[in-house]
Amino acid sequence: MSKRLLTLTVNDRVQQHAVADNALLVDVLRDTLGLTGTKQGCDGGECGACTVLVDDQPQLACITLAATCEGRHIETIEQLSTQGHMSRLQQAFHEKLGTQCGFCTPGMIMAAEALLRRCPDPSEAQIREALAGNLCRCTGYVKIIESVQAAAGVAR
Amino acid sequence: MSAGRAPGRSQAGPSPPGGPTAVPGGRGANIVGQRTPLIDGIEKVTGRAHYTADLPFGQALVGRILRSPIAHGLIRGIDCSAARAIPGVRAVITGEDFAAPYGVIPIAQNEWPLARDRVRYRGEPIAAVAAIDEAAAEAALRAIVLDVEPLPAYFSAAEARADGAVPLHDKKAGNIERQVEQDFGDVEAGFGAADLVLERCTTYAEVAHGQIELNAAVAAYEPENDRLTTHSVTQVPYYLHLTLAQVLGMDSSRIRVIKPFVGGGFGHRVEPLNFEMVTAALARAASGTVRTQLTREEGFLTHRGRPATDIRLKIGMKRTGEITAVDCEIVQRGGAYGGYGLVTILYAGALLHALYRVGAVRYRGFRVYTNLPPCGAMRGHGAVDARHAFESLLDEMAGALGLDPFAVRRANLIDAPYRTLNDLQVNSYGLPACLAWAEQASGWNERRDKRAQADRLKRGLGMACSHYVSGSAKPVHWSGEPHAVINLKLDFDGGITILTGASDIGQGSSTLLTQVVAEVLMLPMARIRVIATDSALTPKDNGSYSSRVSFMVGNAALRAADELKRVLVAAAAKALQVTPDEIDWAGECCAVVGTDKSLAFAQVVEAALVDSGTLTVKGVWSTPPETQGGKFRGAAVGSTAGFSYAAQVVEVSVDEDTGVVKVEHVWVAHDCGFAINPLAVEGQVQGAVWMGMGQALSEETQYHEGLAMRPNMLDYRIPTIVESPPIDVHLVESHDPLGPFGAKEASEGALHGFPPALTNAICDAIGIRLAALPATPDRVLEAITQHRREQRLQLRRAAAPAAAPATAATTEAR
Repeated sequence: MSKRLLTLTVNDRVQQHAVADNALLVDVLRDTLGLTGTKQGCDGGECGACTVLVDDQPQLACITLAATCEGRHIETIEQLSTQGHMSRLQQAFHEKLGTQCGFCTPGMIMAAEALLRRCPDPSEAQIREALAGNLCRCTGYVKIIESVQAAAGVAR
Repeated sequence: MSAGRAPGRSQAGPSPPGGPTAVPGGRGANIVGQRTPLIDGIEKVTGRAHYTADLPFGQALVGRILRSPIAHGLIRGIDCSAARAIPGVRAVITGEDFAAPYGVIPIAQNEWPLARDRVRYRGEPIAAVAAIDEAAAEAALRAIVLDVEPLPAYFSAAEARADGAVPLHDKKAGNIERQVEQDFGDVEAGFGAADLVLERCTTYAEVAHGQIELNAAVAAYEPENDRLTTHSVTQVPYYLHLTLAQVLGMDSSRIRVIKPFVGGGFGHRVEPLNFEMVTAALARAASGTVRTQLTREEGFLTHRGRPATDIRLKIGMKRTGEITAVDCEIVQRGGAYGGYGLVTILYAGALLHALYRVGAVRYRGFRVYTNLPPCGAMRGHGAVDARHAFESLLDEMAGALGLDPFAVRRANLIDAPYRTLNDLQVNSYGLPACLAWAEQASGWNERRDKRAQADRLKRGLGMACSHYVSGSAKPVHWSGEPHAVINLKLDFDGGITILTGASDIGQGSSTLLTQVVAEVLMLPMARIRVIATDSALTPKDNGSYSSRVSFMVGNAALRAADELKRVLVAAAAKALQVTPDEIDWAGECCAVVGTDKSLAFAQVVEAALVDSGTLTVKGVWSTPPETQGGKFRGAAVGSTAGFSYAAQVVEVSVDEDTGVVKVEHVWVAHDCGFAINPLAVEGQVQGAVWMGMGQALSEETQYHEGLAMRPNMLDYRIPTIVESPPIDVHLVESHDPLGPFGAKEASEGALHGFPPALTNAICDAIGIRLAALPATPDRVLEAITQHRREQRLQLRRAAAPAAAPATAATTEAR
């Protein structure tokens, strides 16, 4: 498989990497950049654990070719806490127990982050719709909804 | 619509004893009983938590497994020569590279990490490779030449038990892995004394754990000194450690097992799993480090989930609702190997009836080998399907006798302390309080039978009760050692380190242990850290299964903290030249009673270390003998030091045109003894109820000639956030006399009640009892169609004057 020099903007850092044409974004993030906060929980597009933001839109890194992200802004879970402060969603997921085992959490938070950016005060139905592609096996989702509501409340 | 109201708590049972270890709310520090975010929560929400697949190991070799393409066959040969010749391949191994078979139950070890002589299910590991990259590893797998002679294969318990079926294993005639026969009391007399006897048969689909983290292991072998270090996703590092030593033929002192963050278990990772052993064997064969990450499909191919089950249940009941006799036969399709099977079939009987006072019980259980992936332990081990059968039949009998479902449960309650018919010890029993809350919170009496049912969307309410163990009173590997050991280390820095082998798999056990130690020592949690699950550092622990950790390891932590406090108080007393009983301990400082003489914590630590240097104290705990069950064969299974109880009400709507069942709301009360961390307990209860919902509504594996048809998260339908209901949780605190601060389990008991509460609600809505779970739209629609057909037939018969009277018979048999 041929490789190309790809310019990626990941978490505000512009970087160039030689990446195979068929390389998946999740593998580039985890293996090449060492950003292991993005998780893989399935064989492609089933569970949502690998959700990252591409130009503010939630996208499944496990079914996204890295090559399609040239020139676009990718954000991962590592981007959300800066200067020693967790984001409002991270804080809420921590305090409200929106996370148990934590494996779906980065993807869940990134999907919720995309929601709050476009819809700062979502209804419960909007939260459910936005997170419909993110499976959690621990919480039954009750405290995940509460976490997103709490984070939205902070922003209000 | 709300995501669930803020949960409440209520006290039940006797007042908590005033002893030093059983005061609810703690001993003054007020740390237990508080809603406490997880101590490792920040790592999880920031992405800093390292799970096995995230560990930085540099250029590790890639491990891959070759799996059987057929369901049953004799292995004539495995030719690995071409695979070994591929550039970049560092090791190719087969079953011949292992020293011994394995199995989680010491008396039932019949599985090899890679199949030897015979394959028994599609997807069974046959060979494995380690290579420098994925491409080389995949090429090597393709180059392995298998010669397997097919044998007849059996995909149902009935086929495997049929006359003439080829036994999957030696000395297992009829493919029966374990047959259970248990009789308590005079069952026939009990049925004779009953006013109503009903018998029903129900079929349950096989379900899988579906933890979101893919299976992964990293094994590093140092050939120069014959040492192996394995990181894995295990719930029980100790079993894995024992098993690695056994299958590799290595001295266990040369093995180190580390559990990093784990992305859920639910029982899938209770047994040592073949890929963990294969990874270690590859590392040894390649003299290096091997990383194996399985696909989701491979996870389903070797799932170890809850077996497909057939239950025939007969109950005798008096007009008052009192249960006079129970007769039950359970058949579990166990899959190709033993695994936890014999424990599963024993649990099904042990926990069938023991939450009630019943007259007499006959239990017959059959665990059957089939040519499908081996089943194992899954949340609510063994007892979930049995609970459904029991609570469904109680509901139906209540209807037949004109009794309210709550009244039928109340007619059979017990008074703790109590010895159940099958010799299980009950020391605390919050079920009455659970019933009271669920009935009131759901508006049961006001809303049931008073709903408008005009349109095609029918609403219904159903209820059920459940219970579960707080750890098995006898562990699988019974060595006579204490059930739990905790070490506490205190050093010059004034930090206390909890050293524990208990696996936090997301349930929050490390947080709970920190709360317990902080409470006893009256110190802020920030002064305490947890080092867990590294066999080189932490004491052995029996692991995270059967909801044992809070109860058993919590008790050990309590005792370790008591001991450290004793040492510190003695040191303070010596420094202040008084006796220990004159010291008023307040954690960050302590004082001599009635004086202004005091020491800060740092000064106490300094004083304590003068005599001994770095301090390490220990706390241990074991189940008392009276909690370890009776004397009959299999009596240990189901025995526990503390039973949790739960009651729940489920509200559904059923679309009669599509068969779609929607869960509108759940009200669940759980007797957790005492909520050390109410936040985590609620999370556990909600997660348990919801997992019961998945099994009851949509989850089932499916095979065609042994080929998995749903080995992914799209076809295996785990509920999404869209169809997940609000779950209102109420915590009942019955203050168990043996639990730490009175606490009992909270993560499994409420699961069992959901499936029957759901199907009871469906029956309330549309008047139909399903004969099979899950209640998928196709099954519900089929049942509705069938029901309407029967109604039409009855009408026609009633219209025809010569028709035979058939009404009596239809109430007796489905």
